[in-house]
Amino acid sequence: MGEIEQARIVETPADLEELLAAHPDYDVQLESLNQRQLAWRRFKRHRMALIGSSLFLSMVVIGIVGPFLLPFDRSALVPVDQIVQNGRPPMLYPYFHPFGETQQLQYDVLTLVVNGIGLSLLISVGATVISTIIGTIVGGVAGYFGGWLDTILMRIVDALLAMPLIYLILVFSEFLGGGSWLTVMIIFALLGWLQTARLVRSVMLSLRGEDYVDAARVAGVSEMRIIFRHLLPNALSPIIVAATLSIAAFITAEAFVSFVGYGIDPATPTLGNILSGAQQAIGSGNWWWAVFPGVAIVLIVLGINFMGDGLQDALDPRAKI
Amino acid sequence: MKQKPDPTEHGTGLPVSGPPTDPDVLLDVRGLRTYFHVMDGTVRAVDGVDFSLKRGQTLGIVGESGCGKSVTALTIMQLLDIPPGEIVDGEIWFDGRDLLTLRPEELGRVRGADIAMIFQEPMTSLNPVFTIGDQISEAIILHQHVGKKEAMARAIDSLKAVGIPAPERRVKQYPHEMSGGIRQRVMIAMALSCHPKLIIADEPTTALDVTIQAQILELIKKIQVDSGAALLLITHDLAVVAETVQNVAVMYAGRVVEAGPVEDVLLRPQHPYTLGLLSSIPALHKRGRQLDVIKGVVPNPFRMPPGCKFGPRCPYAWDKCRQSEPELVAIPGRAVKSRCFLHELDAATRRAEFDRVAVATVSGETR
Repeated sequence: MGEIEQARIVETPADLEELLAAHPDYDVQLESLNQRQLAWRRFKRHRMALIGSSLFLSMVVIGIVGPFLLPFDRSALVPVDQIVQNGRPPMLYPYFHPFGETQQLQYDVLTLVVNGIGLSLLISVGATVISTIIGTIVGGVAGYFGGWLDTILMRIVDALLAMPLIYLILVFSEFLGGGSWLTVMIIFALLGWLQTARLVRSVMLSLRGEDYVDAARVAGVSEMRIIFRHLLPNALSPIIVAATLSIAAFITAEAFVSFVGYGIDPATPTLGNILSGAQQAIGSGNWWWAVFPGVAIVLIVLGINFMGDGLQDALDPRAKI
Repeated sequence: MKQKPDPTEHGTGLPVSGPPTDPDVLLDVRGLRTYFHVMDGTVRAVDGVDFSLKRGQTLGIVGESGCGKSVTALTIMQLLDIPPGEIVDGEIWFDGRDLLTLRPEELGRVRGADIAMIFQEPMTSLNPVFTIGDQISEAIILHQHVGKKEAMARAIDSLKAVGIPAPERRVKQYPHEMSGGIRQRVMIAMALSCHPKLIIADEPTTALDVTIQAQILELIKKIQVDSGAALLLITHDLAVVAETVQNVAVMYAGRVVEAGPVEDVLLRPQHPYTLGLLSSIPALHKRGRQLDVIKGVVPNPFRMPPGCKFGPRCPYAWDKCRQSEPELVAIPGRAVKSRCFLHELDAATRRAEFDRVAVATVSGETR
């Protein structure tokens, strides 16, 4: 066995024979792809997943890089609720550009939308990360240990899920004073882990009966290490899919709470806030103020949903593509 | 209603409670009762099991499905789900300590380090997301307090010891890249890696095909001799028992019905159940004849018969067997213990008939 000179993926035995016929001097060594490589292959072949993830990634890039490329920064913006209504959407930028037209007024829709994409993504991705961690810990512990611990934790989840989340968010933000994007993110995270907990619990419930769990216990591995080191990697695919989809859910949730005025301080340009501000302008025929942030939301959510769909197929070990 | 087994039942001269007096006894299980409380009632899966195993020796537990042999192993390792399981009574003395009284962290140190276990299903006993090197070295790091590199080197050594070719390459592979036989070798390597005093093998060859079975059995025998560990082998296969262990305990309906040195039990069976098991093995000299079977089925766990649990299926049973249950007693003049009324003096005529059939069965004559 020398160095591997060339690695190739062979699909069928016929392909292998063809390859060997073409290169009789090859010394061939076969090795199967591992789960990760197989998943990546399935994902690459999923057209909608590729479209979705490139959409989502470009939105992320716009959100991160965009604000630096625009001629003025966020602080130059006048708060949305202080906009003077005079029949025109407020603009600062002195010449035409794709998102609006010039006026010597206060607002530039392009700057707003680009900043809004960044902030809304930050909030929803942040909330997703926190809520997935909480949900995984609660669901993992409940599902693995079962018994009274499981009963208590899951009844709490049931009780919280029985309440309409969107109103809970409104009540919370009223009490916590809404305001900064950080507060809103934490509210989302504290209310968003419920579904993840249920999902992780159900996966853990089926995994804890696996023989390798007994094998690990026999080897003297501690319970916590079994849950988070041995079982979690096996439960990862559904968690990843759920987390991806919850980003989209948080984007729309943020848009909603900000739109009804209980979300982030109106001066902060999140997509919801921009839409909320656009409400006043749309009647006077200034469609672009409402349409562009709306389109941004739709593209992000669509992209994420397609990506989640593709991930679901790619991470399913039974799928054969 | 806890019922402590009386001293004669144990029959080894060891104390009924407290650590075994003989320091050579590594594992001493006494009066073990494991019940499962389920919706329809209580299943007495293990109902008063006693056996002991000396250092470096081998013991087989045989019996058909549902007789409690695996539950016994799981109880020793404390792998039961509690609830529904409950260890109702008994003591499990291992190396001077009662495993049932250990705190979880003490138990964690015993498991893996002092007792290792080999499972039935090599296909599912390895975690699919880890390389086998990671899985073997985890226990080594945990119990022998060495670094990752050193642990990996020891993992390679133990793979080499179980006869896996190119172990340096194998440690980087995932379980799905291996066949069942290789995976079972990996499980054995894992069990070996921390130099345990006791290896419990729960039907280690059942899931493998016949040619691999023989290799794995040879390997288990070899590592047992090389490492000097005691071996508790659980199986339903009498041939495996005959080839692998020194002593054997035959279980039926949660109880040990016969125990002793393997040659005595298999060649001069004392209990009708053991005899039934032996006569139902297909053999060359039985060619063309219908296979002998033990008539009837294992009793419903919710409705155990009164008296002897084997009574309803036993061709030698009489009134006494339906009224009370025999104890596991030492047979005078033999090295075995048996749980049967046939050995009592008033059953001499039945006894003679039993002996005649037993001799005929073992020697292979037609009846």
